[in-house]
Amino acid sequence: MSESMGVKTLIIDGQEVSARSGQTILEVARENDIKIPTLCHIEGLGAVGACRLCLVEVKGTSKLFPSCVANIHEGMEVLTDTERLRKHRRVILELLFAERNHICSVCVSNGHCELQALAQEQGVTHISLPYRNPALAVDASHERFTVDHNRCILCTRCVRVCAEIEGAHVWDVMGRGIDSIVITDLHDEWGASSCTRCGKCVQVCPTGALFDKSKIGSDHPKYPDFLPYLNLMREAQ
Amino acid sequence: MSKLKVATVWLDGCSGCHMSFLDMDERILELAKLIDVVYSPLVDAKDFPDEVDIALVEGAVASEDDEKKIKKVRAHSKLLIAMGDCAVAGNVPSMRNPFGPEAILERAYIENASVQQQIPCVVVPKLLKIVRPIHEFVTVDVFLPGCPPSADTFHTALTALVTGAPLDISALTRFGA
Repeated sequence: MSESMGVKTLIIDGQEVSARSGQTILEVARENDIKIPTLCHIEGLGAVGACRLCLVEVKGTSKLFPSCVANIHEGMEVLTDTERLRKHRRVILELLFAERNHICSVCVSNGHCELQALAQEQGVTHISLPYRNPALAVDASHERFTVDHNRCILCTRCVRVCAEIEGAHVWDVMGRGIDSIVITDLHDEWGASSCTRCGKCVQVCPTGALFDKSKIGSDHPKYPDFLPYLNLMREAQ
Repeated sequence: MSKLKVATVWLDGCSGCHMSFLDMDERILELAKLIDVVYSPLVDAKDFPDEVDIALVEGAVASEDDEKKIKKVRAHSKLLIAMGDCAVAGNVPSMRNPFGPEAILERAYIENASVQQQIPCVVVPKLLKIVRPIHEFVTVDVFLPGCPPSADTFHTALTALVTGAPLDISALTRFGA
């Protein structure tokens, strides 16, 4: 066993847990059935720590750590569910809702949306910040799928799945800060892009930003569970 | 114990929340032992009463008239409840916000009208530039999201508010429910 595989012991929410060196706080928490809310993170893709919902407190520092990318170390004490964290999580969700035009009632993902479900889970009953109401495009040029930028939260799951799993890297992010949008190729129409039509981006999209045209109303559950299996099968080869 | 005075108000919404309220069916009779509906699109009172215990407001604030109404409701109500996604979040009425009121008036009364193409300017209230949820104008005490909130949500929430029992909104409903 190499040095990096050493067993470490730490405390999460008062519970003593053991972990392998190199694991993230989120991985260890989930192995021990400790729930940390996440949005940009998805099992099977590289973590980017973009959404900040998985922030945790670590004893000894006032800094907060994104648990999806922060590694564990021996003896660390982690808190995942404090009033400070709950407040930050609610504000993050409110910012996401205020930033674009998420109208849940008329969304294809209504009832199957991770953003909507997290808002309910974290007790967000209204958005205390003023809405931005930006004018954003809907690109329906692809024969099978549509991208509705009104509902995009810039989690970059589509970018990562296209690059890391499909190997096509059709999706990327254009612009900076609040003006960022996801684009296909060099901001070409999706239908005219080098898209392989695999649909993986649609299945990993947490909201109604990417959807399958053959689905109507709000009958659009997504099935991202294929990712860990696909990775497992590829590793086995 | 005297009955609590309840008002319901209809701003820019589809009336679906009021329909869902009525969907409580016979449970309304139980509630009626505890509350009096003193003002509502469902009853005949023309003016908002001076003192109301609970005001349920459906709809977003989309016109100058809505703005006047919500301020009056707030001034005369002890407890103000944002009823449904339009009141809570703007919802469908707010979908015009990226385009502005002129564009939708043009679309509705000129482009899509086959006769009498003109934008109404008398009697109907002037539209605000941006449709906004009611809490951007007045203090809201309880938010009841949903499009519409279900009859069960109304029943549980109203019963809790009238009797003073604890109320966990997120356990009952969500945006778009």
